[in-house]
Amino acid sequence: MSPILKISNLSKVYDSGFHALKGIDLEIERGELFALLGPNGAGKTTLISIICGIVNASGGTVTVDGHDIARDFRAARAEIGLVPQELTTDAFETVWATVNFSRGLFGKPKNHAIVEKVLKDLSLWDKRDNKLITLSGGMKRRVLIAKALAHEPRVLFLDEPTAGVDVELRRDMWRVVRRLQETGVTIILTTHYIEEAEDLADRVGVINGGEIILVEDKVELMRKLGRKQLILHLADPLEAVPETLAERGLELGQNGETLVYTYDTQAERTGITALLKDLHAAGIRFRDLQTRQSSLEDIFVNLVKAPS
Amino acid sequence: MNFHAIKAIYRFEMARTGRTLFQSIVSPVLSTSLYFVVFGAAIGSRIEEVDGVSYGAFIVPGLIMLSLLTQSVSNASFGIYFPRFTGTIYEVLSAPVSYLEIVIAYVGAAATKSILVGLIILATAHLFVPLDIQHPVWMLLFLMLTAVTFALLGFILGIWADNFEKLQFVPLLVVTPLAFLGGSFYSINMLPPFWQTVTLFNPVVYLISGFRWSFYGQADVSIGLSVFMTFLFLVICLAVISWIFKTGWRLRA
Repeated sequence: MSPILKISNLSKVYDSGFHALKGIDLEIERGELFALLGPNGAGKTTLISIICGIVNASGGTVTVDGHDIARDFRAARAEIGLVPQELTTDAFETVWATVNFSRGLFGKPKNHAIVEKVLKDLSLWDKRDNKLITLSGGMKRRVLIAKALAHEPRVLFLDEPTAGVDVELRRDMWRVVRRLQETGVTIILTTHYIEEAEDLADRVGVINGGEIILVEDKVELMRKLGRKQLILHLADPLEAVPETLAERGLELGQNGETLVYTYDTQAERTGITALLKDLHAAGIRFRDLQTRQSSLEDIFVNLVKAPS
Repeated sequence: MNFHAIKAIYRFEMARTGRTLFQSIVSPVLSTSLYFVVFGAAIGSRIEEVDGVSYGAFIVPGLIMLSLLTQSVSNASFGIYFPRFTGTIYEVLSAPVSYLEIVIAYVGAAATKSILVGLIILATAHLFVPLDIQHPVWMLLFLMLTAVTFALLGFILGIWADNFEKLQFVPLLVVTPLAFLGGSFYSINMLPPFWQTVTLFNPVVYLISGFRWSFYGQADVSIGLSVFMTFLFLVICLAVISWIFKTGWRLRA
């Protein structure tokens, strides 16, 4: 099946001369949840803004479900819903009016049943007659999501939707996101909470300095780039790693109370059996052991730190 | 055409009028009534008839134009500037709407509001002075054409402005003086010859003159020239707006 979003050689140079995007190539599959990670100023919002029509590209092409965003902007934009990063809402409109406005703006006829469902899904139904100015930040965020969903988009962009949102609300939102994905909506999200990407995403893309430096299936990424560590809690603290174990690359931690062994899970031999034998031979006893896998956050930090 | 979008924006803008009824409708009607009291009743009774029309009646078309121009500019400029200021413009820019549809919706709503104000002022004026409209169709045509043209100007202003001061600058310091000096309260024939020539460079002269002709059949300049100049101004505004949208100036980075 053809990708729902195809970005080819997309570039953006702002009037100030800042090169925000440098030849981005990216394809998003239908129905997937794609997490776009990157440090501040990496180009995430510029990329989303170009796809949605808010910022003009300097070069390259983008198609949404086969529709070019410039030549066939009506068809392309009709498929997209955008939840912006900033909490930008009108002040004096009611929730009901503003969500219906969004539906009309995207060319859809009035449909109270759909708007009602969207509001109920986002726990906004009770607030439908409230003016936006009276809502809390979290509620406004929900309204922005409701506005983005009012015209039943096939592709939903969530630009850091949970920034500044409390834990309960965040969990609610992700429940909605999962439900949307189940109905076939493609979701592209940027987030600072990497555990969210780890928890939700099918694929992960990392953007840094205006370039996509990695796109990978999340599980595959964590398998390939993730390191595993064996942590041994010692019965008797050590002052230094014994010389007989020097070649094993062990690190002494926690006041000499733990030994940390880092290994590659993909290697033919992990060296764990030999290590345990050597420890026994050296008379080192341990009272507990545990293993730890790198998180997506560790991988992300290593990627963006690496010189490009 | 995305009619649903045009309707959505138009209704949104008209709902704003409903929420600010005092500012949008009552305030211009009140200030115009004050003009009638001062210029029409108090001072006007001491002024001779102008071109065979009592002074109170003479100033009615000019007063309506004065409100129409300032209201059209203010409504349209605020309508597009405020979403830019709050950031909600992102939604309009990301929607499947063409530039033409955006302009029709915003300018249509602004023009509707100012035409309503114009008609209310006309009805209010009728309470003060007897009115006889010789060419009612032309009167409505001028009313609509002027409202749309100046709403287009306001739309340009709302895109150009990057603060509230600039937003107020044109209605207060450009449109109002041009309307006052464009024959709202006098016939340009009352001016010395030199100033009559200077006044002809003021585009508002043609609007007021044409509008007054639709009431009393008398004009400072020929009606054909008034219509031509109004259309010319309309075309210039449309050309500027199409350039703005083509380049994304102040709207799209």
